[in-house]
Amino acid sequence: MKAAKFEYILAESIEQVVQVLDQGDGEAIVIAGGQTLMPMLSMRLARPETVIDINKIAELSGIEVTADEVIIKACTRQAEALASPEIQTRLPLLAKAISYVGHQQTRNRGTVGGSLSHADPASEIPLAALAMDAHVSLRSAAGARRVAMADYFLGPMMTARADNEVLLAVHFPLPQGDVRVGTAFHEVSERRGDFAVVAAAAHIQLDKDGICSNAALAIGGADSVPLRMTALEDRLRGDAITPERIQAVLADVANALTPGNDQHASAAYRRRVATVLAERALTEAAAEAQE
Amino acid sequence: MSEAMRKIEISLTINGRTQTLAVEPRLSLSDMLRDELRLNGTHIGCEHGVCGACSILLDGVPIRSCLMLAVQADGHQITTVEGMCNEDQTPGILQEAFQDAHGMQCGYCTPGMLISAQALLTANNDPSLEEIKDAIGGNLCRCTGYTQIIESIQLAASRMREAG
Ligand code: FES
Ligand code: FES
Repeated sequence: MKAAKFEYILAESIEQVVQVLDQGDGEAIVIAGGQTLMPMLSMRLARPETVIDINKIAELSGIEVTADEVIIKACTRQAEALASPEIQTRLPLLAKAISYVGHQQTRNRGTVGGSLSHADPASEIPLAALAMDAHVSLRSAAGARRVAMADYFLGPMMTARADNEVLLAVHFPLPQGDVRVGTAFHEVSERRGDFAVVAAAAHIQLDKDGICSNAALAIGGADSVPLRMTALEDRLRGDAITPERIQAVLADVANALTPGNDQHASAAYRRRVATVLAERALTEAAAEAQE
Repeated sequence: MSEAMRKIEISLTINGRTQTLAVEPRLSLSDMLRDELRLNGTHIGCEHGVCGACSILLDGVPIRSCLMLAVQADGHQITTVEGMCNEDQTPGILQEAFQDAHGMQCGYCTPGMLISAQALLTANNDPSLEEIKDAIGGNLCRCTGYTQIIESIQLAASRMREAG
């Protein structure tokens, strides 16, 4: 199908974007890489009056590293993030996740911020961001605010970002102190590059004695939003991570999820796969941290 | 004419030729190539980013032209399948290899396959089987079963290595 008519504005500054959004009264929408918005436009699931293009705003693109966080600006291409040595060394979980996102053609245009704004419950970047306790910075005409990933996903393709807000960047905190980090990302999809049926992201921190000081496990595709397995995480903290320990906590995964039935998979299958992927991700992340 | 129907002037380089034209904001890059410029080599399968038939090179990297607005191509360099021929308009190495190794049946997916393969071989003329599969992973073919497409790309790669 073809998109319905809209007006197009090539924005020159963030101020201009928030002004247009503010006056748009919910009928203005931001386009970055277009990899999710363009299909919505051509299927007429989205019929905005105004499309604001943020691709030419230099401040919205690039990767910044500070002492305590890595900041990825909204319009940074997924391909750029994947190829970045900073991301590979400092945010290995994100690099692992992006390697599952789409194909070279879509990663060359698709942006990190776009994936977070679209918030498909099975998509990889939101899942990795949730596992890493990232937060997004949002801006509207009224001002800026930060939203933690834990509060960001409200439902399938629904986030805490209001219609008049633009996503500026996603901030990933860096582990502090003398810790060893291990990460893993696993998913099951029909073909590589498709949205995951179920995906699991694990981020494990061990102190110098090999005791788990922090554990994060996030599951995507098995509920209306990507979810952290908080009960399981609590049980992993404070002990060495052994195969027995992982087995002992795994039952928490199926309990924490309310998956849906659809043409791709049944709820029972999703629950089962979530448990299997959780085990693989935790085992691999723990092994990497112990290396 | 309503404000929404305003056309926007853009200027871009397509297959080495700089062109200026006025486009409606909602026009996709794929429709612009086919309907406004009559470059019908770029195929449209799904129009929402699933099949890869519409792949083109944007500033040298493969993208899906149905997932970009024509206005967004302003100032960019585009290569379509038409731009992959030799200068005398005979088929390029990849195109010839697709003929010789029977890399197509109906030909619908072929322009997209050629573009993806071109991007791969430009970066690496000795790709592994896995790298070839990964490069064309975003291109669907409903005819060949992919085997002959992969063989065509391998043939083109070996000819490129021979040619140096
Ligand atoms: S027509 Fe563009 S991906 Fe199918
Ligand atoms: S040759 Fe027919 S779709 Fe590929």
